[in-house]
Amino acid sequence: MKASGRVFKYGDNVDTDVIIPARYLNSSDPAELAKHCMEDIDKDFVGKVQKGDIIVADKNFGCGSSREHAPIAIKAAGVSCVIAETFARIFYRNAINIGLPIIECPEASKGIEAGDQVEIDFDSGIIYNKTKNTQFQGQAFPEFMQ
Amino acid sequence: MGMTMTQKILAAHAGLAEVKAGQLIEANLDLVLGNDITSPVAIHEMEKMKVQTVFDKDKIALVPDHFVPNKDIKSAEHCQCVRQFAKKNEITNYFEVGEMGIEHALLPEKGLVVAGDVVIGADSHTCTYGALGAFSTGVGSTDMAAGMATGKAWFKVPSAIKFVLTGKPAKWVSGKDIILHIIGMIGVDGALYKSMEFTGDGIANLSMDDRFTIANMAIEAGGKNGIFPVDELAKEYMKEHSVKEFKVYEADEDAEYEQVITIDLASLKPTVAFPHLPENTHTIDEVGDIAIDQVVIGSCTNGRIDDLRVAAKILEGRKVKKGLRVIIIPATQKIYLQAMEEGLIKTFIEAGAVVSTPTCGPCLGGYMGILAAGERCVSTTNRNFVGRMGHIDSEIYLASPAVAAASAVTGKISCPCELGL
Repeated sequence: MKASGRVFKYGDNVDTDVIIPARYLNSSDPAELAKHCMEDIDKDFVGKVQKGDIIVADKNFGCGSSREHAPIAIKAAGVSCVIAETFARIFYRNAINIGLPIIECPEASKGIEAGDQVEIDFDSGIIYNKTKNTQFQGQAFPEFMQ
Repeated sequence: MGMTMTQKILAAHAGLAEVKAGQLIEANLDLVLGNDITSPVAIHEMEKMKVQTVFDKDKIALVPDHFVPNKDIKSAEHCQCVRQFAKKNEITNYFEVGEMGIEHALLPEKGLVVAGDVVIGADSHTCTYGALGAFSTGVGSTDMAAGMATGKAWFKVPSAIKFVLTGKPAKWVSGKDIILHIIGMIGVDGALYKSMEFTGDGIANLSMDDRFTIANMAIEAGGKNGIFPVDELAKEYMKEHSVKEFKVYEADEDAEYEQVITIDLASLKPTVAFPHLPENTHTIDEVGDIAIDQVVIGSCTNGRIDDLRVAAKILEGRKVKKGLRVIIIPATQKIYLQAMEEGLIKTFIEAGAVVSTPTCGPCLGGYMGILAAGERCVSTTNRNFVGRMGHIDSEIYLASPAVAAASAVTGKISCPCELGL
């Protein structure tokens, strides 16, 4: 399985409150949550994101609340994968549980910039930055998780 | 190699003589918790799994507390979903508005968690029960659903950081200041995936409420759990609140720790976390003049009786600074009643504060104290992320109930000592 898209880049400690603010947690409908995804960190995200796009961040992505609404919102917004230097543990578990591909890869996190076109091969774990013609080895996704 | 306290509890619940950090295990659960935000998603997942029954109706706790009493129609529908599920499955520990409290204050008070238990909760602050010597950790709704269906959960056995607490905290230094100091020291991912095991003779100087506050914020350092040894005070607390039998686990002497950090509690000062991360800590003497618009005293972190008592001691005979909004939220109905009987509520109202029924409301920007752009709040809650309590251009300063109450009087972030206390 492969994913390919344009990169939205964020820094350290992107918390679940900015991924999906609690004022929208009176709904658990994925489409409704997607409308407000990343709203408090990047108000342009929802208008710009296209199916297949990729989020790349630095360390501790998804820290804070246990709300599964966070990975649900990201997935429903059309994002095909989140790459980060590290993930907060509850977010990591939630993402796998709801089927949002995530890859911990510090090198890719450093070597990819906003707007880059990136292709990910989940079978091999290879992250290919088409814009910069560079490649990173992330962890492959076992078949049962795909 | 020996095991940490957490590893011993996990091994026992997985039916294993020994576990090692990094090992994947399946453990039996003593309690599965959910609230009004996370339970509806879990209930929906259970329906998708076509699971008809829960594993044990006595070992599930459903606590609508986040947007309760309901703030709007959608929240009311979420609570309705939880209520109907609880009724259909005859869930013993479902708590309706009049019996409820903020989940992490309520469960220990009701005696639903004791030492040696393994608890998962679809709320990140589930780590609070480590104060009682239980292993408890936050999960998402899907894990909650699987837990409710099977009574089991898989875990990666965590490694640990040991915090040796020594000495006695100075006046106005509480559990909140200790945990803010620790987060300031190791950072918001300083304990990522790890246990935070607290030990040392200084623990004897900490009340149970202080310990709940410290364990509660383990997640703010990225921790999987925070855990305290079970001493006489903890045993007394459990005997008073619970009929469940508890089991005391102690870390082996040769247990492996990734790091050992010793903290002399006597050296700590009241500590404030500046926007927008709990790790941005400053001691009160280096805060400077920061004028504020609102004070919130409450939450699963600091809405217990000790917290209200210290706030009342400071507000007694004093007035809230003109123009400031002060919102005080006892964490459970029992604490509310106790505060009333002790005259604390009268003190708060006479000082010019409002007192709310138990709710998580303002802590997560739900309702009951939302901030406008440019506004600043001193809050005894646990997170000061961008937009956490309202507008993305508002600011939250995390502090102890003592600092929050003193700030309520002066209108700027203050130490109670500034009031001659």
